[in-house]
Amino acid sequence: MGVSAAKLATDHLRFAVDGTEIVRGVDLSVDTGETLTVVGPSGAGKSTLLRLLCRLDEPTDGTVYLDGTDYRTLDPTVLRTRIGMVPQDPALRDGTVRENVTIAPRLRGESVEPGRVRSLLARVGLAGYDDREVAALSGGEAQRVAIARTLVVDPEVLLLDEPTASLDPESQADIEALLAELLATSDRTAVLVTHDQAQVDRVADRVIRFVDGRIHSQGPPEEVLA
Amino acid sequence: MIPPELAPQLQDPVLLKGLAQVAAATALAAVVLGLSYIRNLDLERELGGSFARGFVQVLAMGALIGVLFSIPLPYSGVVLTAMIGYAAWESRKRGDGVPRAFRVSVTAIGLGSAVVILTMLAAGAIESTVRNLVPVGGMIIANAMKTNSLALDRFKSEIESNRGEIEALLAIGVPPQAAVADHVTESVRASLIPVVDAMRTLGLVYIPGMMAGMILGGANPIYAAQYQFVIMGMIFAAGGLTSMTTSLLVGRYAFTGAAQLRRFEESSPTVLSTLRSFR
Repeated sequence: MGVSAAKLATDHLRFAVDGTEIVRGVDLSVDTGETLTVVGPSGAGKSTLLRLLCRLDEPTDGTVYLDGTDYRTLDPTVLRTRIGMVPQDPALRDGTVRENVTIAPRLRGESVEPGRVRSLLARVGLAGYDDREVAALSGGEAQRVAIARTLVVDPEVLLLDEPTASLDPESQADIEALLAELLATSDRTAVLVTHDQAQVDRVADRVIRFVDGRIHSQGPPEEVLA
Repeated sequence: MIPPELAPQLQDPVLLKGLAQVAAATALAAVVLGLSYIRNLDLERELGGSFARGFVQVLAMGALIGVLFSIPLPYSGVVLTAMIGYAAWESRKRGDGVPRAFRVSVTAIGLGSAVVILTMLAAGAIESTVRNLVPVGGMIIANAMKTNSLALDRFKSEIESNRGEIEALLAIGVPPQAAVADHVTESVRASLIPVVDAMRTLGLVYIPGMMAGMILGGANPIYAAQYQFVIMGMIFAAGGLTSMTTSLLVGRYAFTGAAQLRRFEESSPTVLSTLRSFR
């Protein structure tokens, strides 16, 4: 397998918990700038696959390559600034929007220019929200903060785990539009797990249908989702 | 069969009075158990078990204390070490599921207690006699255990209820220790509440038994107060050192070498499996 040509690639990736295999020998590759969406039924192992891609869980077998380098040879903390994830649940920390957006650099002892925070907030549709308490935000606004919190580290690969799953329909539409705009206007590589076909249609370059821990089919959206 | 030499002691009227006092204390404890039952708190087993166990253990210690006080001084180190081991064994149950909870407990309680006991021995605040060293050392170890239990319990609940937030931070390159720093601080703070509150109210609300006993025994009240402060200072220091050590270690052991937050899986370790885990 030509893993070295891909931005991100997996090699026979497996993951099991207490003897139960959740990811069963996955080989996939994502090219630079490509948006790959992963669809499939609940419990298929899609979220676990994303966790493995940024090494939040340890593969029981196989590995992941970033720019052709086995990610086990990289410092995990540095790796996750290169492959950043937006979780399903925003899981923000009590405090202001600005504090949450800048939390990663701050906890790494780095500073963030105020102008960069303002521009990021504008990009996710939260201009002027800097000093608002996150406890007072709607579900959609909180998810926008979570997206900005990941974008602030400027990852080369963006992993998105069903970012609209826990939102009401109106907020879902807002976040979908935001993601479509974010992914269409950047050359960032992205892997998006979603249930939503409309979301796939808007952003996907390629789709993987994931069933029972395996790649069932993959290709252009019109083929896989037909 | 009661040994003949103990028979006169058992007929001592003081013992009968003691039994009546035990009955009164037990009745009060029974009220707590009853309330737990009525409110469906499901704590009767733990509360009742610890109450009965404490009674048996303290009686056994009462019967043995004469023998204990007659052992040569160097053996008091063995007794205190055994106390630390047992305290850690009990304390680690509060953090069941926390990775390496026994190792954390034995290190934290051992370090916190040992530093304080050795320093105060060197300063002459604890007499180097078994009669003094074992009870005072036991008191310090017991308080270190309490702090360790509270720190483990709080850390476990902090991590379990904030797992999503911690992993969200890990997923964007926040170093593990920084991701849990606030939760570690919270564990330290919560574990030191009893010690800090006791210090704050010392002499105003909380009049410790040792000081009262010394004054009733004819000691200079100011000296009794000074010595009680020394004891409280030892408890404070042992608690602080223990809590800091506990939090430092659990914060580290909570993560794998690849900066992944471990799953906290509850188990029922045996002495053997715990010893194996040290390898």
